[in-house]
Amino acid sequence: MLGKQKGKAYMVSPEVRSQKPEIRIKTPLSKEDVLSLKVGDMVLISGRIVTGRDKIHKFLAHERPDKRDIPFELEGGIIYHCGPIIRKTDETYKLISAGPTTSMRVEMYEAEVIRTYGVRGIMGKGGMGMETLNAMKEFGCIYLHTVSGAASYLADKIMRVEGGWKIEEFGMPEAMWLLEVEDFPAIVTIDAHGNSLHREVEMISLEKLKTMVEG
Amino acid sequence: MLKLRDGIVELYRKVATSIPSDVEEALRKVCENETELLGKYTMDIILKNISISRATSRPICQDTGFPVFFVKIPQGLSHNLIRQTILDATRIATEKVPLRPNAIDTISERNTGDNVGEYFPLIYMEETAEQTLVVDLMLKGGGCENLGQTYKLPWALVISHQRSIENKDFETVAERDFDGVRKCVLDAVFKAQGKGCPPYTIGIAIGGAKDQVSFLSKKQLMRRINDKHPDNAVAALEQKILADINSLGIGVAGMGGKTTAIGVKMTMAHRHPASYFVDVSFSCWANRRGRLIW
Repeated sequence: MLGKQKGKAYMVSPEVRSQKPEIRIKTPLSKEDVLSLKVGDMVLISGRIVTGRDKIHKFLAHERPDKRDIPFELEGGIIYHCGPIIRKTDETYKLISAGPTTSMRVEMYEAEVIRTYGVRGIMGKGGMGMETLNAMKEFGCIYLHTVSGAASYLADKIMRVEGGWKIEEFGMPEAMWLLEVEDFPAIVTIDAHGNSLHREVEMISLEKLKTMVEG
Repeated sequence: MLKLRDGIVELYRKVATSIPSDVEEALRKVCENETELLGKYTMDIILKNISISRATSRPICQDTGFPVFFVKIPQGLSHNLIRQTILDATRIATEKVPLRPNAIDTISERNTGDNVGEYFPLIYMEETAEQTLVVDLMLKGGGCENLGQTYKLPWALVISHQRSIENKDFETVAERDFDGVRKCVLDAVFKAQGKGCPPYTIGIAIGGAKDQVSFLSKKQLMRRINDKHPDNAVAALEQKILADINSLGIGVAGMGGKTTAIGVKMTMAHRHPASYFVDVSFSCWANRRGRLIW
């Protein structure tokens, strides 16, 4: 039975690993940590991260609550675009499932969040746009693309749910959850030097599209 | 009805925690054929996630979706009773599987907590001459649902970069023919990029009235990946569009690569002379669908 087995059993197959080893990183991240990473780097994250999606971003960007009024440390942290399934059992929270949600929906807020709260990593899926890319370059932050829809695999890399904020107000998927992760996999797809894999892929696909609809 | 209710709870569990064998097989092929490192790395984890979810009976994706039911009801069986049974089953499944509570009141912005709300779940019912009740369930992820597009032909497609300041926009006209349909679908996939978890399955409906094509394009996602459309012209267009989508190079998770879609499924409804709709629905790689026969 696979169950809650951790580590080796779920690791990526050796043939994939051997081509490029993953880089281990630990939160909180410093500006130097972030600057050393480049587009295409595969990382394994350990430490504390927070979740935050549509409602949290709108709230942070519009209300700009004081750092002291937010129960979790965002400075040097990673915000994970994720609406998890969490079960409350007596006094503790049990995490069931926790993959990424589409990051582009918070494009209009993210630059402001990075600037105001000193976040060093934004994690989600599908990449982000130019405004976020520019803020990442200016303040030292990276975009981490984690595996779309791999919710059980990723949940097994989350050791604990340490707390939640705005649970009643925003609901379970949209609350801010503090998670402790170990070897959580992601790929750097926007770095702090102005490079974006998403922009590259978009440009390549635009050229291909052009030949297919004009030909 | 209690037995039917429990059957629908089990249907929810099966659809949320496993994916159909034809989809899994298609995804294995994607992984085998991919040569780009990042795409292969991602696909490898996706396949492991499918095994873990099935073995531990946990949802494949934390977004257990917008539940969409397509129900065929024998004559004489109350549609209201079936609807009520589905709602009861939804509340139980949300607690038991568990499903993520996804129904949000758009006025108060409150999450109902049990996946039941106004028009939530979405239930399509039709009467059948058969003696058996057939309940088809699709758990439709929100990320891919957002990528759907509706076009009204003829349509001037303005294709532009979303992530660059460079101005490389260009225009092309989608006329009222199969080539116009093809252009619209490629535009929709280009706009989607990796936002909705490719490799996608694409549903297309053409003609009809506006609300019909949205329903029909979504319903196409219930078809098996390897089925063949009975109309040869439609089957050929499906294959052509699939090949073109995969030439775009968007790849697994939008990170570049060979496979952006594993299937294209199209249907039509007769249209009014003034109208020619093209509706495109997306499913993420986790095309979660299942059937209960009663």
